[in-house]
Amino acid sequence: MAILSKDEAQTILKKVLGFTTADECEATLNGQIGGNVRSARNTISTAGAVDNVSLAVEARFGKRSGVATCNQFDDATLRRCVQRAEEIAKLAPESPEYVPLLGPQQYLAAPASFAQNTANITPDYRAQQTAASMKLCDTKKLSSAGFLEDSAGFIAKRNNKGLEAYQQVTNLSYSVTVRTPEGTGSGYATADYNDISKFDAARLTQIAADKATGSVAAKAMEPGKYTVILEPAALVANTDASLLGALMNAFDARNADEGRSFLSKKGGGNRKGEKMFDERVTIYSDPSNAEIPDLTFSGDGRPQKKMTWIEKGVVKNLYSSRFWAQKAGIPDIPRPGGWIMEGGTQTTADLIKGTAKGILVTRLWYIRPVDPQTLLFTGLTRDGTFYIENGKIKHPVKNFRFNESPVIMLNNLEAIGKPVRLAGNLVPPLKIRDFTFTSLSDAV
Amino acid sequence: MKRRDFVGLTSLAAGALFLPSIPGFGMGNAVDPAQLLEQVDPAIKKRMADAALNAAKSAGASYADVRIGRYLNQGIFTREKQVQNIASTESYGIGVRVIANGTWGFAATNDVSEAGAAKAAQTAVGIAKANSKVQKEQVQLAPQKGFGEVSWKTPIVQNAFEVPIAQKVALLLAANAKALDNGASFVNSALFQVNEQKYFASTDGSYIDQDVHRIYPTFGVTVVDRASGKFRSRQALSSPMGLGYEYLTPKAADKVAGPAGSDVTGYKMSYDILEDAAAAAKQAKAKITAKSVVPGKYDLVLDPHHLGLTIHESVGHPLELDRVLGYEANYAGTSFATLDKWKSGKFQYGSKEVNIVADKLQPGSLGAVGYDDEGVKTKEWDLIKQGILVNYEKIRDQAQMVGQNESDGCCYSQSWQDVQFQRMPNVSLRPGQGKLSVDELVKGVDKGIYIAGNGSFSIDQQRYNFQFGGQVFYAIEKGKITGMLEDVAYQANTQEFWNSCAATCDASDYRFAGFFNDGKGQPAQSSAVSHGSATTRFNGVNVINTARKIG
Repeated sequence: MAILSKDEAQTILKKVLGFTTADECEATLNGQIGGNVRSARNTISTAGAVDNVSLAVEARFGKRSGVATCNQFDDATLRRCVQRAEEIAKLAPESPEYVPLLGPQQYLAAPASFAQNTANITPDYRAQQTAASMKLCDTKKLSSAGFLEDSAGFIAKRNNKGLEAYQQVTNLSYSVTVRTPEGTGSGYATADYNDISKFDAARLTQIAADKATGSVAAKAMEPGKYTVILEPAALVANTDASLLGALMNAFDARNADEGRSFLSKKGGGNRKGEKMFDERVTIYSDPSNAEIPDLTFSGDGRPQKKMTWIEKGVVKNLYSSRFWAQKAGIPDIPRPGGWIMEGGTQTTADLIKGTAKGILVTRLWYIRPVDPQTLLFTGLTRDGTFYIENGKIKHPVKNFRFNESPVIMLNNLEAIGKPVRLAGNLVPPLKIRDFTFTSLSDAV
Repeated sequence: MKRRDFVGLTSLAAGALFLPSIPGFGMGNAVDPAQLLEQVDPAIKKRMADAALNAAKSAGASYADVRIGRYLNQGIFTREKQVQNIASTESYGIGVRVIANGTWGFAATNDVSEAGAAKAAQTAVGIAKANSKVQKEQVQLAPQKGFGEVSWKTPIVQNAFEVPIAQKVALLLAANAKALDNGASFVNSALFQVNEQKYFASTDGSYIDQDVHRIYPTFGVTVVDRASGKFRSRQALSSPMGLGYEYLTPKAADKVAGPAGSDVTGYKMSYDILEDAAAAAKQAKAKITAKSVVPGKYDLVLDPHHLGLTIHESVGHPLELDRVLGYEANYAGTSFATLDKWKSGKFQYGSKEVNIVADKLQPGSLGAVGYDDEGVKTKEWDLIKQGILVNYEKIRDQAQMVGQNESDGCCYSQSWQDVQFQRMPNVSLRPGQGKLSVDELVKGVDKGIYIAGNGSFSIDQQRYNFQFGGQVFYAIEKGKITGMLEDVAYQANTQEFWNSCAATCDASDYRFAGFFNDGKGQPAQSSAVSHGSATTRFNGVNVINTARKIG
């Protein structure tokens, strides 16, 4: 029963709300089917399947709130779930950050976030895609490790103030690391989709395999400041922290207003309206974008709309909780799902052609905050780092550790390439000058 | 590594207001706190387990194990003078793992019944058979005798779930008040409590009932200087522990003073949250005007709370055998500690002072259990002896890959719905044999830095190159602490770093650092692990200055 239709879901939610005696009550249904396959050393290591629907009920008495959940849908269970939420609410302390539940909302027409072919994936499909990847590496005498994960699901919300929301979403993400037999070369490729019609594990594996064989016999270069071309996987990741992800995670209005963010202003307030980045930097979010169709509502029911965060280098908007928006008297904007960095038409290959001296970075890894004041992060290059001279890749180089801030990086912008989808975002490759590498790593 | 830890306390608490489960902390359903005290009769669990094992065998499995798990969590979140959220969650279900046609298969269900268990077993066999068509290497399990019906329980004094919520809230708010009274601009605090009620059964003939408890009080204090626009934070020096609520009743004997002049207190088996919150606020304030470090080579004196993370990242992870063999290549990475280095019998991982031991036994540690999640009795074993690499961390399907016939008993799954796999046991640095106090250790340092508390951390995918920050830093000049430093991080190569280990204090200084959310695997799973050590000196380590300017 994992993917309920809008009518089926709202029928259950109406029934749930009918059972409550609370001042305010909101119910959310979340369902998902899916599976995953993991491989290493060109053989499958583990695999699993997921199938679940769960209901969360939030009940409120005055400023007290309680949440309970269940995953069975007979009347008795639903009634008990509501009662439990009410009992927990009665025990809870009053929330000083209480805001009433939202009333009816206007959402954008649902974009194509759900694809039936993704929902129809079978264990055999996963095994076959993985087999194609492993076969390619067997033939080339390379060693691959991959992970394929897919899901199809829905989310439905309703409350006793008139809010009603429903949307279906599918997703498949795949990543593969290919290594040479002696472990002297390593490459990586990743992609994600709502609709799997373009997914081809072997094609992605080929990219990773080329990086692996191309990165054998890497030469050591002195750490220091270099012009770099950062491929999209060096800018965002769905498995770890990332430089652009960290930047967007820091756009919270409250932290800025409280003085503990790179967006805090000396003396108080925040830096909205200030130009903090190169004028070619524009970052926005849009749930209707055809390449990254996303949810049109946030977790608390606020509409997700097209929203500009940075425009021509100027900080345009910050997101916040509803409580903080009301308290600070600022626009009430939820945190977005995916986001889009505007770019040009150049591919990574084009950017390489236009580079006299520089370093091509496939991927950055183990990225951790060092100083939140300047948004300084550290991490390392991984799975394919190359020296570029006169528009051509000259040779692979040993991996570096970097210490760099995305704020400084987006001021040292040389060129922006064509955005591609990655981890639910649209991200261009970037050419950056004076990127700070602080030491060498022996890791391959 | 702890991927989930970059989710700071602030966002953790804010998210919890809207979600029935707390990100990074269990995945259960919200329940009335009273339900956290209930237990399920092992006889009922045995019937369901047998249903799964029989169904798996009938469907063609050559081996099967079943884990019936009830995972209970409670998180209390506060900031300044207010409670942000109290979440009590329960997750109850069955996970069945099988070998069919020499291939693993796994399926899980929240239908906790004999029929549900049997159906999950059949699904798992179906998945194993589908994958066996493209499988090349057959799974080989190290032999394991059945233990019959046995049980184990974390030796706690007081179950944290039995303590009234009001009492726990009052303690956190009192800690916040201490921080605010001592100059904090902001303070977030939280108390996490975990109870894993795990029942394991396998076709080897084991029926193992375990009741595992963990607790983690923590906070983060921030001081903002509006005039300069500067802000600095200091996190708690508590550790998550395999203890009950008794961890929060401070005992004088559990307090360990840092070197004279440092204003640092470390904690062993109990923690004084009020004292630490006051110290944190004072230290965060002092960090705003502390001297920015001059980069260069320093002798580092590292306190156990800090050193635990360095051990975790540069010894615990590289010696996980699945990483060494390439099974984690696509996510966490591989390891520099390759089999040829181990086989040589003379790979000098560290200096003679470095004796590192793995275990799942130490009382109060997060790793302590009676049996692991594939029914192996837990033990202690050496990883590094007098600097030489002597062994890895491994489980049943890995032992034969290195010519051994016994699992180390460090298999773990974060819940019933995730498949169990090799996880890091406790990995600890043995204290020095001769008597050596922290003050005596510092006395011999001419130009150095004393670092307490773990902070920023990053290491490459083969565990060669790392960079660590900390919570508080103190200059050591001519054997004495001379004042606080800021903007400190050190970069090193794992082997060079451990070979620069000059001395470690004696057992009186030994204590745990722990981590609640060590991430590994795809889909990613979280596990909890402790690292024991005493304050230790490393010579001539490269220190960088991390201060930058943004426009």
